[in-house]
Amino acid sequence: MINTKINFCGIEFKNPIVTASGTFGFGEEYGEYVDLSEYGGFGAKGLTRYPREGNKAPRIAETPSGILNSVGLQNPGVEYFAAHTMPSLKNCGAHVIANMSGNTVEEYCEMAEILSDTDAAIIEMNISCPNVKHGGLAFGTDAKTVNELTAAVKKHCKKPLVVKLSPNVTSITDIAKAAEDGGADGLSLINTLLGMKIDIHSRRPILANNMGGLSGPAVKPVAVRMVYQVHQVVKIPIIGMGGVMSGDDVIEFMLAGASLVALGTGLFVKPDLILDVKRDIAAYMERHGIEDINDIIGAVRLN
Amino acid sequence: MKQTKLCKLISKSEPIPGIFDFTVESPEIAAEARCGQFLHIACGGGTFLRRPISICDARDNCVRFIFEVKGEGTKALAERNIGDFIDVMGPLGHGFEVKPEHKNAVIIGGGIGVFPLFLLAKQVKSDVFLGFRGKDRVVMEDEFASVAKSVTVGTDDGSYGYKGYIASAMDEYLDKNPCDVIFACGPKPMLKAVKAIAERRGIECQLSLEQRMGCGIGACLVCTCESTKDGMDKQLRVCKNGPVFDSREVTLND
Repeated sequence: MINTKINFCGIEFKNPIVTASGTFGFGEEYGEYVDLSEYGGFGAKGLTRYPREGNKAPRIAETPSGILNSVGLQNPGVEYFAAHTMPSLKNCGAHVIANMSGNTVEEYCEMAEILSDTDAAIIEMNISCPNVKHGGLAFGTDAKTVNELTAAVKKHCKKPLVVKLSPNVTSITDIAKAAEDGGADGLSLINTLLGMKIDIHSRRPILANNMGGLSGPAVKPVAVRMVYQVHQVVKIPIIGMGGVMSGDDVIEFMLAGASLVALGTGLFVKPDLILDVKRDIAAYMERHGIEDINDIIGAVRLN
Repeated sequence: MKQTKLCKLISKSEPIPGIFDFTVESPEIAAEARCGQFLHIACGGGTFLRRPISICDARDNCVRFIFEVKGEGTKALAERNIGDFIDVMGPLGHGFEVKPEHKNAVIIGGGIGVFPLFLLAKQVKSDVFLGFRGKDRVVMEDEFASVAKSVTVGTDDGSYGYKGYIASAMDEYLDKNPCDVIFACGPKPMLKAVKAIAERRGIECQLSLEQRMGCGIGACLVCTCESTKDGMDKQLRVCKNGPVFDSREVTLND
């Protein structure tokens, strides 16, 4: 009998599969395709202190093996989530990872307090949204700022605090260490890579917001590399994500150092992707005689 | 649980250059499909996202959809052969709402916007207005004529039928005839004209909108349109709240 249970920040996940915030709404829509209890947990849509309308459409453009998006954090606000959404998810059978983005340190602290009083298992702090002026990217690119923000929020946070890192930085390891030193219980990476696509005939960008975040298989090698590098320098566990399309991709992220792995953009193509992923993982473990999935975390053997 | 389906392509034609008329076999989708809904199709050919394509007709365990080759995805789809299996999600979205009080219905379509209106035209005996750029782009005139009360075809360049924008033809018709609902699908300028006419005349109007989509089921929030409401209802999801909206719900400003 193989074991796929993962203890992440003191919480038991029945398997290492979660979803990336922003690709899964609040679970309602994808719950019509796959029972949410198939997942170890899922990342809920990013919340802000107050409701946000988001950016103008078009908000999506296809690129080679991926997409650019510029949703701009459209969401009903943290208070609505706490009062209405989270209670409806209480018995969904998977852990809920609430995700928050702030304009100021104070907003992050207030949201951490509000979310601490919900049934969310983990609070993920987005310091790396590329699509809004004050959606965190300004926080996420400077190590000292990340350290101070994490330390401040940690004081108001009664749940495990996971800091979501941006790949749009010079040194991801410096940012990761700064978050760990600030008291983060875990890290998640990568958020999207800032990108752009131009219609050569109209000479205008496809996205109304001009630039957006790149995700999908195109970013996977970058994400795997960053998870590997971060795993080498921190002790706290990692949620890896970026272009996962199969169980083999999940294994690859875990070998690089991820304890949990998120499905994201791949869901748009295959809404029941998790069923294939779980089958692939079981087959891999059987083929390689692995009894406990924890044994492969960070088990890459360098050349 | 809902599922994606592999549907066999059983007929394929190109009625006019660049427009492809596909019929796939799927008893489930055919039974469930409502007028104005769409399919989310994995086109193949190395493209990544699915492409939303409206349902044109559904009967005899089969679903028909007609699309224009516009980019890589639709190009790859057009290259599929009879007997191939196509990966389809659907039917999706909120379609046209036909009500008992709709006694005098008008249907207006422009260009490739005429295709999503056919299943509706079969269900509601309507006066139909179809607009095209020119005579060489006219499609489905005979099929609409076989199910409608009347069909008026117009061309922007005047090469066939009514000369000018089809919304003007409809407006002239409405001067003399009763109408309690307008159903429309077509390019944004046409929809704006139809919306203005309907609201000026106080006629209920349902518009089918188009937007670049991601998930197709309402989770990813990329295919939004601007609504006339404020706050959290300011941006509606075309895939889930639509693609058909009451004209008074949407601004068409984006």
